[in-house]
Amino acid sequence: MTMVSLNVNGHAHKVEADPDTPLLWVLRDDIGLTGTKFGCGVAQCGACTVHLDGQPARSCVTPATAVGGRKVTTIEGLQSKAAKAVQKAWIEHDVVQCGYCQSGQIMSATALLEQNPRPSDEDIDHAMAGNICRCATYVRIRAAIHAAAGQLSA
Amino acid sequence: MHPLMHALREQTLEELQAQVPASPPAPARDAPTGVTRRSVLASGAAGGLVVAIGWLPGSAQAVAGQGAEGRAAKAALVPNQFVSVGTDNLVTIVCKHHEMGEGNTTGLATLVADELDADWSLVRTEYAPADAKRYANLAFGTMQGTGGSTAIANSYLQYREAGATARAMLVSAAADAWKVPAGEIQARASVLTHASGKRATYGEMAAAAAKQAPPSKPALKTPEQFALMGRDRATPRVDSPSKCTGSAIYTGDVRLPGLLTAVIAFPPSFGAKMVSFDAAAAKKVKGVTDVVAVPEGVAVVARNTWAAMQGRRALKVTWDESAGASLDSDALLAHYRELAGQPGTPFAKPAAAPPTPAKTVEAIYEFPFLAHAPMEPQGCVAWLHDGTLETWAGHQFPTFDQMLAAKAAGLPVEKVKLHSLVSGGSFGRRANVWSDFTVAAVNVAVAIKGRAPVRLQYSREDDMSVGLYRPMMLHSLKVGLDGAGKVASWQHVIVGQSIVAGTPMAAMMVKDGVDPTSVEGVHPTSYDLPMMDGQLHDVALPVRPLWWRSVGNTHTAYVMETMMDRLARAAGQDPLAFRLALLEKNERAARTLKLVADKAGWGKAMPAGSAQGIALHESFGTAVAQVAEVTLKDGKVRVDKVWCAVDCGVAVNPDVIRAQMEGGIGFALGALYYSEIDLKAGRPQQRNFDRYRSLRIYEMPAIDVFIAPSTAAPTGVGEPGVPPLAPAVANAVVRAGGPDVLRLPFARAGLVQA
Repeated sequence: MTMVSLNVNGHAHKVEADPDTPLLWVLRDDIGLTGTKFGCGVAQCGACTVHLDGQPARSCVTPATAVGGRKVTTIEGLQSKAAKAVQKAWIEHDVVQCGYCQSGQIMSATALLEQNPRPSDEDIDHAMAGNICRCATYVRIRAAIHAAAGQLSA
Repeated sequence: MHPLMHALREQTLEELQAQVPASPPAPARDAPTGVTRRSVLASGAAGGLVVAIGWLPGSAQAVAGQGAEGRAAKAALVPNQFVSVGTDNLVTIVCKHHEMGEGNTTGLATLVADELDADWSLVRTEYAPADAKRYANLAFGTMQGTGGSTAIANSYLQYREAGATARAMLVSAAADAWKVPAGEIQARASVLTHASGKRATYGEMAAAAAKQAPPSKPALKTPEQFALMGRDRATPRVDSPSKCTGSAIYTGDVRLPGLLTAVIAFPPSFGAKMVSFDAAAAKKVKGVTDVVAVPEGVAVVARNTWAAMQGRRALKVTWDESAGASLDSDALLAHYRELAGQPGTPFAKPAAAPPTPAKTVEAIYEFPFLAHAPMEPQGCVAWLHDGTLETWAGHQFPTFDQMLAAKAAGLPVEKVKLHSLVSGGSFGRRANVWSDFTVAAVNVAVAIKGRAPVRLQYSREDDMSVGLYRPMMLHSLKVGLDGAGKVASWQHVIVGQSIVAGTPMAAMMVKDGVDPTSVEGVHPTSYDLPMMDGQLHDVALPVRPLWWRSVGNTHTAYVMETMMDRLARAAGQDPLAFRLALLEKNERAARTLKLVADKAGWGKAMPAGSAQGIALHESFGTAVAQVAEVTLKDGKVRVDKVWCAVDCGVAVNPDVIRAQMEGGIGFALGALYYSEIDLKAGRPQQRNFDRYRSLRIYEMPAIDVFIAPSTAAPTGVGEPGVPPLAPAVANAVVRAGGPDVLRLPFARAGLVQA
């Protein structure tokens, strides 16, 4: 066991964990942030997506000890203008169905818009390719990202 | 109507309970001892009768009215079990159905709120407790559960009447208070008004309304009077905000004091038996608290999820896998092909001896096992305390889950309280009569002697490899055309596992040896095919089969609708015209097909390598027709666009219907492209999303949905969007010059990059 220091959503946390423990389980079990979901455990589905210094990362395969000084942002800690636009567009388009993948979808979409405020369909395909939605809400995900982009540039 | 509904309607709750499958045998080793286990065994030995007695008078009431109905219990006006109005002006609607993404929470709330004339922004929802007496699915008769695309269809009058009753009581309270005739009072957006200037909110009138006698049969609106139903965007999804902020609570998010997490080492192959296990290494993993045998395998219990997973990795289990050693998908299909050549159980008999055909078209279709793979792997929290059991899960069949949880815990049913949570998808997976994850969680709780609440977590690999698959199926057809290109004979043999055989549904559903879920979509079919000669072979396997979004229609629609195109080609006719000639007695289906053809510009010129394909399928009382437009490039297929027409009666929430059609199309397309559970030596070869590919955003076509206007009672929406998609795409591929695919998925034919 080792002591892991993490900055999550702007708060400092110290957690005692097995050095291999994925960030996902530290967030969920130790820190109590359950918005980040477990879907596959092998970085295939994207349900566990968080931001490390603003970059999307699959927390299910990221050891908590590998985070280092990078700032962790989860769905609960989204604050940026892009994030708010994404969440608003998601609600306005009623993107969600079962909703289980949507934290990860929103994290990936937010990271995309923070770096590319006017993404093309190809940009969206590229940025969102790692996030599976078994309900197949993809048509609305695409529409909501375009809508959020429109709002950001308005 | 789906055959499941017919069957369940004809059974009483008590009959269902009496048929609850027996618990698996107790484990040979490490079985917990003492009172708890003895009571489990005693309960099991007594069979369903004990459960049934425990359920009967009064017990259901004892469970209801707690927790889930917390708001309702505190509300000022509670005219029935479905709606309450608080002095805070909030309307609370109790949903009897499980929300797995299909939008029924929003739909049920819409039905009540419309008749109540409630302000949508003041509507709240919660989920009903397990109580089949008050929350039965009326399509299932006396059982509480969600499935068969029945949620809105069965609730349509019940929930509207619940809202209308509350409204009538509020109006008559206002009439009393203001001393004016009730007929002069307006109720709109949660406010009561009178021409005299009197005004009260529902919250202000709720306590007085509670003293009014409810009307025996409240007047319902006519469709022209609907304020919310059928109005686009009038009723945004009630679960959107919580699901966009990470605050929605799924099973894995439940937190209780001292909560432990369990994972189970399940058998690695079908039919495998545990010989022994060595817990020493697992117990050395820091955080692991218990390693215990349960009927499902060996459970590793720990203080957190990672420790439980690491403990399971360290655990050594010796399995005897001999039973499943010969279980192999390719060998099974070879066996199915042999069976198809032999006489089976008739499911359709020709009206007259068929004439000798001028031309014969033959085809053999092969369909793989499919896993549901909802985004949220299965799990359940179980807490034994104070002589009671509480569970938290996506309880899709609360009646079965509660009965079987009680049996596993050795408790009377009224001592078992279910907390029904939203789930991260199901597609049929969570509706099973074994209540697999609920029972497994209770078994772990019993094995640790109820020391702490315990959350059982399936890994993705567990969820994908424990079975409960859409069964592997084979169809063998020989269809004759006469000289005019009309169908003259139709021989159709279906081979595969029955979904309901060996379950409590079998006795009522299987008629003359035929499980209707094996043949639905072929028989009955939308088309006028009185010459059909249908035969069925049921195959028994150690792999549990289960309904998978649209059940038998997952394979029958592909067969029927690609055969229609094949026959049209043989007859030299247009596929749309060929179908319409067989739909002269099915006006609604024909209309739906014409609607989609019109919207898609059927028959328009297409560039080389591109084509449209068309398909129609009726399921769950709903007609859906789709046109898929595809492009073939370097031998690979891309679906550019899908047009979808749907006739589902009154469109309660048009946007939810559109969403279900879009989602059904994407779900079906992913399965068509990639999905297959391939068995080798009894082991599933696909255990996670790396090899069980799912559709991704860049593969999703553009979709236009057209909802046929209707004032008929609503029919199913969650499943009917799935069946026509695969044949529409397959037909388009052939018309674009691609191969005629008879064995799914497309990845096998190299049409997509696996």
